[in-house]
Formats: sequence, C-alpha cells, structure tokens
Amino acid sequence: MISESLVDISRLQFAITALYHFLFVPLTLGLSFILAIMESTYVMTGKQVYQDMVKFWGKLFGINFALGVTTGLTMEFQFGTNWAYYSHYVGDIFGAPLAIEGLMAFFLESTMIGLFFFGWDRLSRVQHLAVTWLVAIGSNLSALWILIANGWMQNPVGAEFNYDTMRMEMTSFAEVLFNPVAQVKFVHTTSAGYVTGAMFVLGISSYYLLKKRDMPFARRSFAIASSFGFAAILSVIILGDESGYELGDVQKAKLAAIEAEWETQEPPADFTLFGFPDQDDMETHFAVKIPGVMGLIATRSTTEEVTGLIDLKAEHEERIRRGMEAYALLEKMRAGDKSEPTVAAFDALKDDLGYGLLLKKYTENVVDATEAQIKMAVEDSIPHVAPMFWTFRIMVAIGFLMLAMIALSFWSSIRNTVEQKPWLLKAHLWAIPLPWIACEMGWFVAEFGRQPWAIGEVLPTHLGVSSLSMGDLFLSLGSFIGLYTLLLVAEVYLMFKFGRMGPSALHTGRYYHEQKASGAVAAPAQAVKDPA
Amino acid sequence: MDYEVLKVIWWVLIGVLLIGFAVTDGFDMGVTALLRVIGRTDSERRVMMNTVGPHWDGNQVWFITAGGAIFAAWPVVYAVAFSGFYWAMLLVLFALFFRPVGFEYRSKVEDPRWRSAWDWGLTIGGAVPALVFGVAFGNLLLGVPFTIDEFMRSTYTGSFWALLNPFALVTGLVSLLMLVMHGGTYLQMKTDGDLRERARKVSLLAAIVVAALFALAGVWLAMGIDGMVITSTSVDVGGVITPLDKVVEVREGAWLANYSDYPVTILAPVIGFAGLLLTVLMSAANRCALAFVSSSLAITGIILTAGVSLFPFVMPSSSNPSHSLTLWDVVSSELTLNIMFWVAMIFVPIILAYTAWGYYKMRGRLTTDFIEGNKYSTY
Repeated sequence: MISESLVDISRLQFAITALYHFLFVPLTLGLSFILAIMESTYVMTGKQVYQDMVKFWGKLFGINFALGVTTGLTMEFQFGTNWAYYSHYVGDIFGAPLAIEGLMAFFLESTMIGLFFFGWDRLSRVQHLAVTWLVAIGSNLSALWILIANGWMQNPVGAEFNYDTMRMEMTSFAEVLFNPVAQVKFVHTTSAGYVTGAMFVLGISSYYLLKKRDMPFARRSFAIASSFGFAAILSVIILGDESGYELGDVQKAKLAAIEAEWETQEPPADFTLFGFPDQDDMETHFAVKIPGVMGLIATRSTTEEVTGLIDLKAEHEERIRRGMEAYALLEKMRAGDKSEPTVAAFDALKDDLGYGLLLKKYTENVVDATEAQIKMAVEDSIPHVAPMFWTFRIMVAIGFLMLAMIALSFWSSIRNTVEQKPWLLKAHLWAIPLPWIACEMGWFVAEFGRQPWAIGEVLPTHLGVSSLSMGDLFLSLGSFIGLYTLLLVAEVYLMFKFGRMGPSALHTGRYYHEQKASGAVAAPAQAVKDPA
Repeated sequence: MDYEVLKVIWWVLIGVLLIGFAVTDGFDMGVTALLRVIGRTDSERRVMMNTVGPHWDGNQVWFITAGGAIFAAWPVVYAVAFSGFYWAMLLVLFALFFRPVGFEYRSKVEDPRWRSAWDWGLTIGGAVPALVFGVAFGNLLLGVPFTIDEFMRSTYTGSFWALLNPFALVTGLVSLLMLVMHGGTYLQMKTDGDLRERARKVSLLAAIVVAALFALAGVWLAMGIDGMVITSTSVDVGGVITPLDKVVEVREGAWLANYSDYPVTILAPVIGFAGLLLTVLMSAANRCALAFVSSSLAITGIILTAGVSLFPFVMPSSSNPSHSLTLWDVVSSELTLNIMFWVAMIFVPIILAYTAWGYYKMRGRLTTDFIEGNKYSTY
C-alpha cells in the first residue's frame, strides 16, 4: 500500500513548486498586455516617453519572466517524475492540452520575447508592436491550455474508463475543450493576472509620484495601469467563478466547503460572512449570516438549493459502496472474464469506480473494506472546511479592497487629481503584494478544494503518486525549496534595484538619476521636463 | 489512417521533436557550456551569450514541447521514464533553472563575483543536461530496471548511481561533446576575431572526439550489449495493447538487427559520421555556415542511430524484458493520437516559419565593440 507520508510530501512538493510558479505567472499575463497597450500608444503618438515606458516596464517584465520560465519547466515534467500513476491513468486526455500549449502558445511567447528584447533596432515599429502583442497573446493562450487541463481535473468531461488499458481515454475532444469549468477558470485567472499587472505598475508608479521624480513617465504609467486595472478588477469580480460551482460533484463540495454549508438550506441559502467552521461537529460556531445572499450568488435563483456537506457525504457513501462493486467487477474482467454480463454490469457502475478507489487508502483490495473504513473514506470525500472558508474570504476581501483602490485611482487619474492624494499613492505602494496574496489564495481554494481527488470523482490523489522513496522526496523537496528561494532572492533584489532606479535604468540620459548626476536637476521636487 | 500507422508516425514525430531540440537548443547549450572555456573577458562572454540571446528561450520550448508531446502521445513512457529516471530528470531541471535567470540577470549587476557566479550557472545549465541526456540514452540501450504491475503501476528498482556506468558515460560524452561542437559552429557563424578562431578550434576538436566515441559506442553495442526482440507472434501491433501483452527475449546483437533487416537504416550512422567529417572539413576551411549545417546533420544522424537501434523498443526493461515499453504499447488512444497529429501538422510549420523570421531578423555577427556600446540593453 502507498505510504500516506509519501503522498503528503509529494503533494507538498507539487503545491510548493506550483505556488512558486504562480508567483510569476500572473504578472506575466497582466504586464504583457500593459506593455502592448503602452507600445500601441507609442506607435500611434510617436512620443518617446511611451517607448521608454515599454522598455522600462519591459525590463521588470523580463526579470519576472525569467523565473516564470524557470519554475514553469518543473511543472511540465513533474507529473511524470512525481505523479507517474496519474500520468498513466489520465495522460490520454491530460497530456493533450499540455502538448498543445507548447505548440500553440509557448513557442510563440518564447520566440517573440527574444525579439521583444533584442529586436528594437532590427524591426520596424509596427513589427515590434506586433511582436509585443504576440508575447501577450502567447502567454495568455498558454494560460488557456493549462486551465483547460486544470478544468478537466476539476470536472472530467469527454472521457471514459477503458478496462483493457486501465486508464481514462478521451471520447470527445470538444467536450474537454469547451468544458465550462475550464472556460470560467480561464476568464477568472487571466483577469486576476491583469489585476496583478495593474497593481504592480500602479504601486511602482506611485513610488515615483511620491518621490516627485520622472513625473510625466510615472503619471502616464499610472493612468494606463489604472484604466486597464479597472476593467480587469471588474472582470475578476463580476465574471468571478461562482457559476462554475454548479457543475459536477467536486465543484459542489468545493462550494459547500467555501461557504461552510453543512446542511442543505432552504433556498435561497444564507451567506456566512464570518464564523469558525468545525469539521468534527459539522457546524460553524459564531456564524454571522446574511439571509439569502449565497443562494442568489451561487445559483442565481431563489429556488435552487446549494447542496450541503452532510447531504453530499450521504451521496458519497452510496457511491463508495457502488464503487466497491465496480472494483470487484473490474478485477473479474482483469482476470479474464470479459463476458457480456460482466462487462454490462461494470459499465453500469463504472462512474462510481473512482469512489471505490478512495478505499485504496485503507485496504489494497477495496472489496473487503470494513464499515469503519468506508466511514473514513466518506469523511475523506469532502475537503477540509476551515482552510477553504478562510482562504476564500481573504481572497474576496482583497478583491474588494483592490476594487476600491483601483476605482478611486482610475477616477482620480481621469480628473488629474492623483498627485493631490499622497495617501492613495502610499496605499498603492504598500498594496503591491496584495494581488499575489489573492492569487495564491485563489489557487489554494481551487486545488485544495479539489481534494481528495486528483481528477474529480475519477482518481484519488493518493493513488496518483510515483513509486519513490521518502529519502528521494525529502531530498528533492529540499532542493526545490533551496534553489527556488535562492533564485527568488536574486529576483526580488533586482526588482528592488531597478524599481528604485526607475526609467534612469534605461541610460537614455533623460531621467532623474542621470539628470541629477549631470547636475541638470537641482532638487527632487523639480521634476524632469516632459521628455515627450 | 489506421492505429498502426499513427503509432509509427508518433515515433517519427517524437524523434523530430527530440532532434529539433538537439539542433536548436543544442547550440545554445553548447555555447553556454563553452562560456568559461573560450570566453576570456567579460565582453567576450557577453558576446557569446548575446549570440543566443534572442533565441535560447524559443529553442528551449522544443524540450518542453517534447515533454508535453511524450505526455500526450506516449503517456506510459512519460510516467515510467520520468519517475524511473527521477534524479537524472531532476538534475536536468535543476541545471536548466540557471539558464533563464543566468541570461537575464547576469549583466544587470556590475559586480564581477555576481557575473562569475551566473557564468558558472549558465555553464552548468548547458553542460549538465547535455551529458545527462546522453547517459539516459545509453541506459535505454542497456535496459532499465523497472517492472509494471497489473494495474499498470511502474516501479523502478535501480539507483541513480547505477545510471553512471561506463557505456552510458561514453554515450553521455558523445551527447555533451556533440552539443559543444554544435555550439562551436554556431559561434563561428555569429562572432568574429579571436573568439571565432577559438570556436573553430573547439568545433574541429570536438567533432573528431565525437567521431571516435560514436564509433566506440557502436563497437561496444555490437560486441558487448545484448538487444531485445519481441518473440510473441500474437501481438496485434495495430490494436489496443499494453506493455504487459507481449513476450520479449534478450538476444545477442539484436540492437543491430534493424540494420540488416532494413539496410536503408544504415543511413542513420552514415549521416552521423558524414556530418562529423564535414564539420571538421568545413571548420578547417572556415566555411562557418556549412560547418553549422554539417554539425546539425551529425546530430540528426547520431540521434537517429540510437532510435533505429532500439526500434520498436522505446524503453527496454532489464528486470523483466517482457515489460519493456515499445512504440506499439505505450501510446495514447487512437482519438488522441489523431487529434495531436493534426495539431502538430498545423502548428509545426507555423512555428518553423516565425522561428526562421526571428533568426533572419537577428542575422549577422556580434562583436565586443557592439556589446560595449550597448551594455545596458543586452545580456
């Protein structure tokens, strides 16, 4: 039987490498479009300051992008190294979007990024603009395919179990492609990336505005980021991914866990604003509830129910029992009995096979599970509520806080009153980490909330691991943490170095530090003349 | 198209991706492996880095896409090989980590210690993966200790150190030096002066050593390493089968059987040797573009030789030869292979087109003068 600690460390390694990777991805998604917008403005107006903006923000983009590539490499191979059984079991479906990502998106993004940095003197203005847009489109297409893969883990449509090959096989590529969960996730995740890009540019521009240096540069950057960010934050919140929670059992359990909905309420269900969820007693202590709101948000109706965890568990118990029968039939078929009645009986039950496999954690043979083991598997079948409840609330709270900040900045930017609100600028500077926290929380809600499944209702996470030793895992986990942290320190150091330097880093002679060095600026209060 | 044909096509396509990776990413790995060998001054090293600056990232996607394509088309290989070769795979990843950051961060700080540290990082990022890939191929020819149970869960029973056996070290050196040679020919095309001269010497020397080692590996394979043959007659190569559905026997000299059964395949090693010879001649004659083409040919021939020798095997098992992975039984379903085939047919030409455009736009030699004049906007 697979050791539980091996599973835990494998999960920890995957979680850490994915969370690290996701520190860099959102900024790439958002900043690439901001660069494309800035460069479009440059090509349309011909003003030098916009080209400087593309080059300077492009430098920061490059520092971030390098670690995105580095940590992304791991993700492409880690399913094979650490989740070998998973790879075998669902590679027929899951591998396709990953390969397509490489062919359609990653090649485009990576080829164009080279031309973006090195092509300024080799390409015409319009060619270079096209290259920048292709970087943005490439990185966003890349997110699309990854989220199609991830959406399939949450809601595995268009596939069927094949008992001859002992794996899931694709039955409809279109269903995998147009999986509603994947589509909703794509919109939500990329919008979150756009917000990250906007908050990043807003925060650093605020720093220059507060220091009263390179004002025309900072003001324009601020204006572009606040308008782009305003559209993005509305998209994150309004198009959020609530609508995805109606689909599939895993999403239902996730929704119930997020909302700490233990018992199914009369529709429309109340929204628990605050409280302390208690998994053992299956209730939420000190709950502060707003009547009717959750039902409205989650189902967009006043009559549909949001299924509670207690009811979900009851359903899961039935499915685990049917899964045991399915497993018995599978063993019979694997032993050679492929007679029509056996196959027909299996086909009738095979949707519950995954639930049967939940018992593998407790008994290798599944069919001989005791009542106590079945009870434990039922307990396993829903995610832990408290971490889901809290991470979701942190994410949403940050989302609304950013909405308020960006909306105010957008409004002030239009009215040209940003510089009269130093408190807003300070807030933006200190708020730079917020979108990252929200993104990581969102990732946690989506992936921790998928547990106990690697592939929803199909493959339990604990079955997916490779046959490795604990020693291997400890050493690899330690190496990943050590190397990533080392590289992250270098990354943050450069970000601060170039962030502080500002557009002077371009060495054009037009900006603050160089002007100061050459004596052209007497005091910081006296802003550099508009280089445009 | 029937399933059997698709299976063969996917063997070819994976081969194309691996060769595409070695020919494109291979030269930038070779260049960075040489960074401290022939780059004597900071400016020279920067010239070397900047010759591949606009291209290494796109090139690296051949590797990533090969990984994704193996996942999609050969999920069993993706699972068994990457978990079995766990530490070899992680070593490659760890070494590759230093490339994106090395290129991007090195010249952003003036401190010589900072730069020297990243130079080492880039050297490792070029040399280690090149070596490990060769070692892995050597071990495929020797057979890898793994078994598969009835639920298709694989278990690897060897250790990382066992991979570093004499034969695999020879194939590892072939791989490393062939990419060094390739990087050398690229630098001949893209640099000038002393650097170009040193690159020329490296290419010459590396090509000669690779030829000797490649020949040695061939003799070793013929004399000292047993191959494998599928002996069960009932295997339906066009049908839905798993690696457990066949019987395999170990047989002396079986890795050379394809060359006598299908004499046309002898072209693979012939192209390898001819490419190496031409690399020597063209480097000696200072015909740098032709030297680069010859070196690409040599790489293609050498990788093809490994593939043809193993065919139809992909990953032989030394623990239980009948569990060996072959191109007939590791594949995805017919639907997935079909879809991925069309995706590849559409996108590979597009990729080649814009990649070629990128190289065309960035054509020409780089000099230390150029680097010193553009020190804030180059790597």
